[in-house]
Amino acid sequence: MVGFLDAITLQAGYNAALVTVGATLLGFAAGMAGTFLFLRKRALVSDAMAHATLPGIALAFLVMVAFGGDGRNLAGLLLGAAASALVGLALVDWIVRRTRLAEDAAIGAVLSVFFGFGVVLLTVIQSLERGRQAGLEDVLLGATAGMLMQDALLIAVGGAVVVALIVLLRRPMTLVAFDPGHAAALGVPVGRVDMAMMGLVMAITVIGLSLVGLILIIALLIIPPVTARFWTDRVAPMLLIAGAVGGAAGYMGAALSASIPDLPTGPMIVLIAAGLFTVSLLFAPRRGVLAAILARRRFQARVHWRQGLLSLARAEPIHDPLTLRILRAAGAIRPDGVATDKGRALAAKSLRDERRWEIARAIHQDTALTGRYDGLTPIEDVFTPDQIADLDTRIGPPQPVGGM
Amino acid sequence: MGASFVQFSLTPMLIGVLAAIACALPGNFLILRRQALIGDAISHVVLPGIVVAFLVTGTVATMPMLMGAGAAALVAVVLIEAIRRLGRIEPGAAMGVVFTALFAGGVLLLEQSDTSRVHLDVDHALMGNLETLIWLRASGWDSVIDPVALSHLPPELPRIAGVAALMAVLTVIFWRPLKLASFDEGFARAMGLPVSAIGLGLVIAAAVAAVAAFDAVGSIIVIAMFICPPATARLMTDRLTTQVWLSVAIAALAAILGYVLAGYGPIWLGFDSAVSAAGMIATVAGLMLGMACLWGGARGRVGVAPGA
Repeated sequence: MVGFLDAITLQAGYNAALVTVGATLLGFAAGMAGTFLFLRKRALVSDAMAHATLPGIALAFLVMVAFGGDGRNLAGLLLGAAASALVGLALVDWIVRRTRLAEDAAIGAVLSVFFGFGVVLLTVIQSLERGRQAGLEDVLLGATAGMLMQDALLIAVGGAVVVALIVLLRRPMTLVAFDPGHAAALGVPVGRVDMAMMGLVMAITVIGLSLVGLILIIALLIIPPVTARFWTDRVAPMLLIAGAVGGAAGYMGAALSASIPDLPTGPMIVLIAAGLFTVSLLFAPRRGVLAAILARRRFQARVHWRQGLLSLARAEPIHDPLTLRILRAAGAIRPDGVATDKGRALAAKSLRDERRWEIARAIHQDTALTGRYDGLTPIEDVFTPDQIADLDTRIGPPQPVGGM
Repeated sequence: MGASFVQFSLTPMLIGVLAAIACALPGNFLILRRQALIGDAISHVVLPGIVVAFLVTGTVATMPMLMGAGAAALVAVVLIEAIRRLGRIEPGAAMGVVFTALFAGGVLLLEQSDTSRVHLDVDHALMGNLETLIWLRASGWDSVIDPVALSHLPPELPRIAGVAALMAVLTVIFWRPLKLASFDEGFARAMGLPVSAIGLGLVIAAAVAAVAAFDAVGSIIVIAMFICPPATARLMTDRLTTQVWLSVAIAALAAILGYVLAGYGPIWLGFDSAVSAAGMIATVAGLMLGMACLWGGARGRVGVAPGA
């Protein structure tokens, strides 16, 4: 693991260090940019945009060659990518607005047709004398081996600009993402904010092309926000967590791929992000699967506890093994099933509370209060002691329960 | 239209047409159910499926590959549904998470394993090899009835023909439940139809079509044909029967036009080499959809004048 240690401390060589820094910055910016896309429920628009970059890249190459350049100028290629991504995005919007087709059909049509056309252009380039070694196929899956200082600088500067714009525009973008109608009523220019949101995503797609490729950049835009959503219900923390998840995936993925041979960087970054997602899906507090299972178990235990106590109070036999186990564990019954003093007291109280609830629901018309009756909520949590005393006067004097 | 046409163009063209039809048939219902991108997701996860099948069996035989791809498609669908329900994540994002992660896994496995000696690479998976599915034993149109020559047809042709026929039969058999469940799920449920089983069955059928077509023509055509011909047809008519027939015709036309343009277009323009047939078929399908968006007779939403 010496190689890995070197890689995560950026000591594994110039290229590896560049790739690691670039991937971290890209992951951070992509996670933040993807957050609003996800909240706007348009995550897969990034899919259309990423695939739509291909014909632009190929056209840019052809144009540059036609003007006598060498065709591999990075700025030119990225400009082409951005232009055709914009055209693709505009077409998705146009199809959704002007026809009866839904957004998913528009996204699928644009991504497959643009990509298909891009492949046609790629085969044209391959047939050219100068296109043989163009290496444009690298934009599909990314290539890090030949990463230069200028690529890293591009990612750093581009990513920083994207993050700064997100911080600046987070209020209007939040409004538009959650409730476009309300945002419009407040005077927020919804159309322009949407355009800014998409523009940021497009910028990330374009600067991420050379590093992870156009298929996997989608993952960096979608997985970190979905992961962050498990940990918070607020936008600002979600932005930070999504950025952190994306950055961590970029950092770990690049370091791992630098230290182990034949481990491609782009897929590695995506798989680390997917791993973080899986952990969050399973173990996040409140929204995670484990938390949901535990909450269910707690609820189940409360129901059995309550029903068990009521059965004790009514001197009914209890057969359910789970109920018996819960009562026994709480010391309400002895191992042979006979109620303890504590159990009898608790049983009497729950029967009394049940009676109190009955009266309360009969006399109180306020459903905000009585609506909270679910057989489990203690009555003290809903009514004041005065109100409970009032209920008690209607119930009458205490009566012995359970034939005791 | 002589011997060389039968040898070099007839079979790829037929395979392209049948693949397009096999995908367009389930695509009609996917579009109506707003699940168009299932095709996209499936065609991405086919790659890891094929790689895993190769690693397990060690061969590039077709059956294990198809089964691996089918299994991957099923795993993807189950994962998407699980993430959507367990994580309460909207379906689009759940799909994005699953197919990108599985695709990344596929690429990683491909790079890690020793697959350099076999023809298995990402470009191939994306773009297919339609142009190479030629029928060398044919010597002219007579070969079409010559059993010896017929036995040397590229194996992709009978396979995709079988799948296209299967899709047609399934569409006819399940016509009523599919139609009801696609247009009005609540009503279909009230009628006692097993709505979720119909949905799952449709996705599995789509996966079968995608995997069989993918084998012959690559994933670009698969995605394009799931979506473009049905969407084009949807903009031209309000009747489902007409829509399905139209989508089949459009898919076939796009496949033929695309193949011809890819093979002969560059030559007409003075270049000497052909361009990607799969890409050109997708492009033609897209142009047809574009025309339908502009002029299709039923392009507007109900109650909204077209172009309003």
